[in-house]
Formats: sequence, C-alpha cells, structure tokens
Amino acid sequence: MRITCPLCGARDLREFSVTGSAALLNRPEEGAELPEWDDYLHNRDNPAGPSDELWYHSGGCGAWLVVRRDTTSHAVLDVRLASEQKT
Amino acid sequence: MSETLRATGKAGARLPNMGHGIDRERPVEFTFDGRTYAGFAGDTLASALMANGVRLMGRSFKYHRPRGVLTCGSEEPNALMQIGPKGAAEPNQRATMQEVYPGLRAESQNRWPSLEADLLSVNDALAPFLGAGFYYKTFMWPKAFWERVYEPFIRRAAGLGALPAGHDETPYEKPFAHCDLLVIGGGPAGMSAALAAAKAGADVILAEEQSALGGRLLLDGGEVEGLPAHDWAADMAARLAAHPKVRVMTRTAVTGAYDGGVFGALERVTRHLGDAPKGAPAEAFWRITARASVLAAGAIERPIAFPGNDRPGILMAGALRGYMNRWGVAPGKSIAIYGRGAEALATARQVQAAGLKVAALITTGPAPEGAGGFPVFAEAQVVGTRGRKSLRQVTVLSGGAKHEVIADTLAMSGGWNPSVHLTCHMGARPVWRADIAGFVPAEGSVPDMQVAGACGGRYDTQGCLEAGRAAALAALGREVPSVSEGNNVHDEPEWRSTDWVVPGKGRAWLDFQNDVTVKDVQLAARENLSSVEHMKRYTTQGMAPDQGKNSNIGALTVLAEATGRSISGTGTTTYRPPFVPVPIGAMGAGARGKGFAPERFTTSDGPSRERAAPMVEAGLWYRPSYFPRAGEATWREACVREVRMVRSAVGVCDVSTLGKIDIQGPDAGAFLDFVYANLFSSLKEGRVRYGLMLREDGHVMDDGTTARLGPNHYLMTTTTAAAGAVMKHLDFAAQVLQPNMDVSAISVTEQWAQFAVAGPEARALLRTITDTPVEDADLPYMGCCDAVIGGVAGRIFRISFSGELAYEVAVPARYGASLFRLLLAQAEGLGGGAYGMEALNVLRVEKGFITHAEIHGRVTAYDIGMGRMVSAKKDCIGKAMSQRPGLLDPARPRLVGLRLSEPMGKMLGGAHLFEAGAEARRVNSQGYLTSQAYSPELDAHLALGFLTRGPERIGEVIRVVDHMRGVETMAEVTAPVALDPEGERLRG
Ligand SMILES: [Zn+2]
Repeated sequence: MRITCPLCGARDLREFSVTGSAALLNRPEEGAELPEWDDYLHNRDNPAGPSDELWYHSGGCGAWLVVRRDTTSHAVLDVRLASEQKT
Repeated sequence: MSETLRATGKAGARLPNMGHGIDRERPVEFTFDGRTYAGFAGDTLASALMANGVRLMGRSFKYHRPRGVLTCGSEEPNALMQIGPKGAAEPNQRATMQEVYPGLRAESQNRWPSLEADLLSVNDALAPFLGAGFYYKTFMWPKAFWERVYEPFIRRAAGLGALPAGHDETPYEKPFAHCDLLVIGGGPAGMSAALAAAKAGADVILAEEQSALGGRLLLDGGEVEGLPAHDWAADMAARLAAHPKVRVMTRTAVTGAYDGGVFGALERVTRHLGDAPKGAPAEAFWRITARASVLAAGAIERPIAFPGNDRPGILMAGALRGYMNRWGVAPGKSIAIYGRGAEALATARQVQAAGLKVAALITTGPAPEGAGGFPVFAEAQVVGTRGRKSLRQVTVLSGGAKHEVIADTLAMSGGWNPSVHLTCHMGARPVWRADIAGFVPAEGSVPDMQVAGACGGRYDTQGCLEAGRAAALAALGREVPSVSEGNNVHDEPEWRSTDWVVPGKGRAWLDFQNDVTVKDVQLAARENLSSVEHMKRYTTQGMAPDQGKNSNIGALTVLAEATGRSISGTGTTTYRPPFVPVPIGAMGAGARGKGFAPERFTTSDGPSRERAAPMVEAGLWYRPSYFPRAGEATWREACVREVRMVRSAVGVCDVSTLGKIDIQGPDAGAFLDFVYANLFSSLKEGRVRYGLMLREDGHVMDDGTTARLGPNHYLMTTTTAAAGAVMKHLDFAAQVLQPNMDVSAISVTEQWAQFAVAGPEARALLRTITDTPVEDADLPYMGCCDAVIGGVAGRIFRISFSGELAYEVAVPARYGASLFRLLLAQAEGLGGGAYGMEALNVLRVEKGFITHAEIHGRVTAYDIGMGRMVSAKKDCIGKAMSQRPGLLDPARPRLVGLRLSEPMGKMLGGAHLFEAGAEARRVNSQGYLTSQAYSPELDAHLALGFLTRGPERIGEVIRVVDHMRGVETMAEVTAPVALDPEGERLRG
C-alpha cells in the first residue's frame, strides 16, 4: 500500500502509522458530558466502503493526514493534511 | 559438434541435435544421494538427472510412493530435494528450478533409510485406511493419547525435508525497485509487452522466474517469424537487455500482488552458482512498486487423473517437449502420449523427430488428422499403469476394449490452466471459460494490471505477441492496437471433463505432493464437505508447497461432479501469496543480530566504555549501568559508592537520552497548557516547571520538565521511553486538535548532549567549567539560562532528579564527548565522578520520583498523588476523562513508599501486596510493587508501589509476595519520599 503525502509525495506504507477513525478530529467542547467523550474516544462506525482515517507520517515529515480509504478494496481515494480539515 | 546417444541408465540419454539450452563444452559434476553425476552448464538438476537415467527423485508425502519428475517448472510437485552442504541444506528445493553447478550436493527427501528402499512405503499398503480425514477421525480420543502417542507419531511422519539444525547463515537481501510498468513473465507475451512499453518511453521491469527469457518458446520447438523459436527468443532477449529503459530480472518469481501497485518478487541471485561472489545474497526478496503492470505469467499444464498416474516416467507433455528441446534429454526410449487433438499429435511428431519411439498416441477425442506411423487410440483413456519404480506398461481403454501398451514414458496433457494466481491476491475470483476449459482472470482483478497471453487464455504465439503489446500500451494509458482473432476455438473437439479426470476405479492422483486422490475428494463430498474450501482442508489438496498449481482444477472438477454442480458453480479456493515459497530468511533479510533493531549511542558512549562501564539497553539507547572501580566485586558495591558520591560530593550522569522537544510560536504557552495537565502559560522566562501529561482517556502519558527559554520559546523534556510517543502526541495535538494555534514543535533530542551534575559540590564543579553565574541568586532552583561552557554556547538548567543540588548542562551534541570528559575530570578532583543507571535509580527511589515503572499507562494523576495538578483553570488533553468517577475512586491502588523488612534481591517489580494476615492469592491482592532499591543513606530497602487506599495506610505493615521468584517479605507503608522530604538539599 502507498500513501501520497501532500507534503512528501507517494511513499511506502511503512513510513506511516495509522491511528484509526478521523472522528478524533471532532474533539468535544470543554464541558461536554462524559457520554459525549465516551463516544469520541471509544465508539466507531465500521463502514464497508470509504472511510476517513488518521495516519501519521512518522517516517517522513511528521504530518497527520486524513486518508480516505475504501475498506473493501483498500484503495486510497484521497489524502489531506489533518491541519487543513478544520477552519 | 557431433554427439552420440549416451545411455547411462535404464532410460535417459542426450539427443544429438536438440538441447539449445545446454553447453556441451562445459560439463558440470554434482552429487545426488552421494553419487556423482555429470551434466552440462544450462542443465537443471532435473534435466541432468534425467539425462543420467535417474527416474526416482522423491517419495510422496503420505504413502511414500516412488516419484519422478512431473514438470519442468516451479510448479513441480515431486522432485523436491534438500540442496546444499551437509548440515545447511535447504529443504524442498525443486530440482526443476535448481540449475546445476560444480559441486552441487542434492539429497532426496521423505524416505528412510534410502530413496530406493523406503520403509515408510508400508503406508502405501495401508492406503485404504489412510484416506482423507484420517487424522481427524483417528487421533480424536482418548484425549490422554495426544501428547504421548499421537503427536510424536504425526511429527515423525509429517513434514517434507528437514530444516538445518543451526542458525540459517544464508545471506539474503531485501531490495526495492520502482518502475512505470512491471511485466510479470518473460514468455512471448511478456517480452512483447516489455519492448512495446520501453519503446513508448516507460521504465520497465521484466521479471521472469526461469534463468532465461522465452517461456514456452524455449520448450516447445517450432518457429517464430522464420527463426527457430528459441533463437527468436534469444534475439528478443538480447534486444530487451540492451534497451536502456528495460531492466530484465531473470530467476525472479513475482510472488504477490499488493495494494497500491506493490509486488513481492523472489530472485535467486546466487543459488545457481557454486562459488558465489563474497557478500552476494543467495536470494533477494524484492519489493517492486509499479505504476502499472502486465501479467504474462503463462499457463500451467493440467495433469490427467487416471489410475496409477503417479509412477516415475509419467510426466506432462509440455515438460517432455521441454526436456527434449531445451535440454536435449530423452526422457525415455518408448514414449506414449496421452492428450487431445493437434497438440498431442505435435508432441508425438517431435518424439518421432528426435529419433525416439512413439509407443502410442492416446487421444481423448477423435483421432487427429494426419496421425500415423505409430499406434493411435482415439476416444480413449488410460485406465491403469504398471511398474514399481519406473513405468513399464500402460493400459488403454478404447472402443470398449483394453489394450496394453509397453512404454517407459507417458506424456500427458489434460489441457492448460492459465496462471491467474496474482490476479486473485487482492480478492478477485477468476471466471471459468468453457471454450478453453480454464479459469481466466476477471476484468479489473488488480488495479492497473492488464493480462496478456496464456494467462488470459490466449495460447498461440502470434496472439501472445499481439496481446502483450496491446496490454502494455493499455496499462500505460496509450492508444491500444487491435489484436487479431485468436485460434483458441478452432476445429478442436469441445472440452469435456473426462479430458482431465478419467472416471472409474483405482487410485488416481490429483495432488501428487500431498497424496490426494480422486477418491479422497469424493469422500469429502460424501461427508458433506462440499464447499471447495472445506474439501481442501479436509483432504489437504492444494496445501503442499505447490499450493495446488497442478491439482486445483482437477480436484474441483471431481468435487463438482460428486456434488452435481458445474465447475464455475463450484468455484476455486482462494489463491494467496506467495506464488512460490519464500524463505523466511529472505523475508527477514538483514533483521538478524545487530540488524534486528538500530542502536543509539550517546556522545558519552566512548568515554563510558573506556571506563569499563557495562552498557544496558534503554529502548534503543545504550546507557552505562555503573562505572566500576578497582576492588569492587559486584555491581552493588559500585552502585552504593556512586550513590554516596552524589549525596556527599558530586556525580555526573549523561541524561541526553531524555526526549527534548523545542516548541516555538506565539501560541506556544497556550499549547503547553493544552498538552500538560498543569498550567504553563504562567511560567516566567528563565524558569523551568515540572509537567504532567495525560492521554485523552485521562491516564498519565508522560512527565518531564519544560523550560521557558524566551517569550515564545520553550524546551520540553520527556522520559527516555516516551520520547517518540510524546513527539507524535504533540504533532497530533497541534495539527489535529489545535490547527489554529500558531505553534511549532520539533525533536532536538539528538542535537543536544545533556549531563546531570548532582551533589553538594555541583556548584563548585560548574564554576570550573563556566563563567556564567550559577549562584542561587542568579540561577535559583528551577531556573535556566544560556551559558558559555568551555567556550561553547550552551544552556544550564537547575533541575534535579536526585534530590541533591543539581544542574543539567547542555551543549550541542558534537561537544558532548568533550564536555563529559571535562566534567568527569573536574568531578574527580572534587571527590566525585560518573554515576550510572543503577545509582540514578536508587537516587530517585529514595526521593519517590516516578519513572515509567510507575506511569505504566494504567495510572492516573490521582493514583500518583498528583490529582490536584490537573488544573481547573483551563482545558487540557485528558482532563474531562480523568474526572470519571472510577478514576477518582479512593479504593484504587495509589502510589506509596514501602520499607521492606528484608532485602529481596535486585528485581522485584511485579510483586503483589497483601494485608498482613491475608492469604497470598490473586483475589486478595491489594496492589503491586513497581520499583525497589537499597538506600545506603538510610540503610534501608526501599520500594515504590501502588496500594489500595495507599496514602490512607501510612504506617501499616503489609505482606509483599513475589510468586514468580518465590520470595516474600513484610513491609511498612510510607510516603513515597523517603529522603529529605522537605527538599532542603536541592535548594542548597
Ligand atoms: Zn510527509
């Protein structure tokens, strides 16, 4: 598998480490109730198809990436910098 | 060059005018089972043995049946050998792929005591009792028999070949390659594809598992464009080799297709050489990344399942043609051919032309036009054979009558199976084409892969050449030329399954390697294991090293008929990588011994080793355990001396392995507030603060100190263990959680060498190496400053991990070794010296300072007595979840000190804590011990641990039991800090 880092270009899988769902982008606001935190930290969808995941370019530039990957084909559909996902 | 027919055995000889692949000027001697034989350069072990009249090359796995060569490729199921020097011979090497070299040493496998007289062949007589599922049914009960009887029995009987007993010292490599187009297979389709792609400007890798390009052009004879096929192939190979855009990789089998255009490929770099150049790997396991690929893997000929089809002397018709044409070997003297139509007739004509006798042409359909000059049996089947270690006689059923044919060789062909394997590695299933009676790849099986030639069901050379060119251009996204109509469907009779599976009684082998017969598959179907995947596992068909390359289609045909389904309705089993066996040594190439993990050395490594310090691993780092001095018999003596030295004079310790992260930006303070539990934005310039870092789930992640070097500039330290994890965490916090903060963080761990200078004389020592004022007024406890140290710009931090007056002195790493030597020289002048990890541990246990022995991932700030550090004034990572009721339960095991009543040896982390009178059972465990040390200062055995309601139980005597090491003691519960609880020393 290969991932095209927006900063470094197409690189081998082994330069990256995966952390899981990009749901981690949506951290609850300060003061949110515990069930909301529980959802944020623990509860995940398990989609068959396109899925947004957080990958870290640990063996490269250190960028956190949102990788849209099709879980049924492993095709990488899109890669963006996580830092540009929120405004 | 004239050659005479040279018969050195019962069968086998060289053919005078054939054998373009061998060099008769270069004889090669080798041994097989201790006997010396001669072959020629260009021979495989199989061809050379056949030329010497050797037929018996192995014994089958289960029944120990005598077996000879079946094929001339990597799919060979029978001629598996142990090859190499005694004690280091590789098992299960295919004699059909191993090229001979002077001094090659081969041994047969799976026989005892010898290949000729194998005592375990008694299994063959027991065959009626050893059918499919024998093991599942027989070794079920009684349960107690498993360890004592069944397992030893199965182990002795199981396994092909023998692993070398010692370490595998074979050199392997794991290289990488990149290309625009990977062409898999160097037959006509592959060569044509590679050339077309190169002409179109693409960077091409052409991988071919044989030693030469050409594919079936090297084996089948015939002509291409007016040249002998093998000459045409040689010309084409030369053009490709000379083309600057093409990298030809022979002896390279592509083993797997993976996501993103990544392929595995195993190259036999020097396996074919007797004297490999020094340092050259035996095999290389390539990772090839290709923008696109063309699969031109060809096809594998399908054996016919008929009774007694496994005798030595029975081989594939395509292999027979190959042995004659490429290697000039006459596989026998009297050869029967069993197959279909024009192809079978062509084989017979070649045998005739070679001057050998055609014993019979046996065709499953009508007699091919023009057949004559030898006995022809049309609409016929072979229903039996004779000959124990070599074929003698073939029984043919034709026209309702049985005919006996005297033959020492039978060449069979039940059609061809396109090599679809790689197209299935990413989950696709092949589709059945009745017109060619074979599975072909489904469209789009592997992204960016085109299929060309025989593996796509195109069997004529002209068609392969055209298809290869078209596939290459399609793969590159160019305009694709049209491909002429194939001659696949000509006037041949329609395919019937009886073309490759003969109905009737008698043992007919499907899987030669695992000894699976037609009956076994029928039995599986009768026992309702009718799914092809179940049948495979029940019978073990397709589970041998050849992975069913020869047997899959035959087996599923039998299964389809036994269950009343069609072949396409039955489907195939799943083809998985690798296509050919890959040695584990090749997969792990380089990762042995020192190659297993990188080693990290501090700048003081040399000076430390000069002082004979034993080095211990700390993650990837190596750190000195202690610095022995003359007269010290044990590490403990050195440790005690070093601890006393720090407490009474001054000690120097390299702390460079701690993570250092440089954090800058207008929002750096706010960022630190976010990643640390406690407040940092209030930290003044020139000051240092202890920080506690939580994970988002509320548990402690790491701790350390952070210094404010300037208005927007901080330097964070982490523990040695968590340096990488914290860097990743900060990147996450900055990029994912707080992308609007203007802050940057980067690891500078390797850029700075940093040394702790600790003890009452620390200040006196510093005065000798710097003019920067280090008095209390200039640099108070938890202060930091820039400094010139030995003429070099560096930094001084007044922080302490020992509880003593202490500084950490930092200089750019290139001055580290020099500074370390200077510090030691000055320290020794003050009655001090270097101290190592053992002393460092004692010093911190005395002070109740935690390390990752305590913050091991399951403890909270509350557990370590720092609950109040989680600032109420701000949000931070982990704050919300740290307030979960369960994490604030007073009954949680919490950090305490322990004063042990008896010394308990060095390693006691993990011992459990019990109430004084309680039985030492798991249910009674009230916590555990994490660190232990002997304090020379207090003459006490101290420990840290986590005890239920610990801080409420100071003064209680509890029981400490280490079940693992079988030791126990009583202990008094204390506060974590045992020495100088008021902290007077470090402010001194
Ligand atoms: Zn990158």
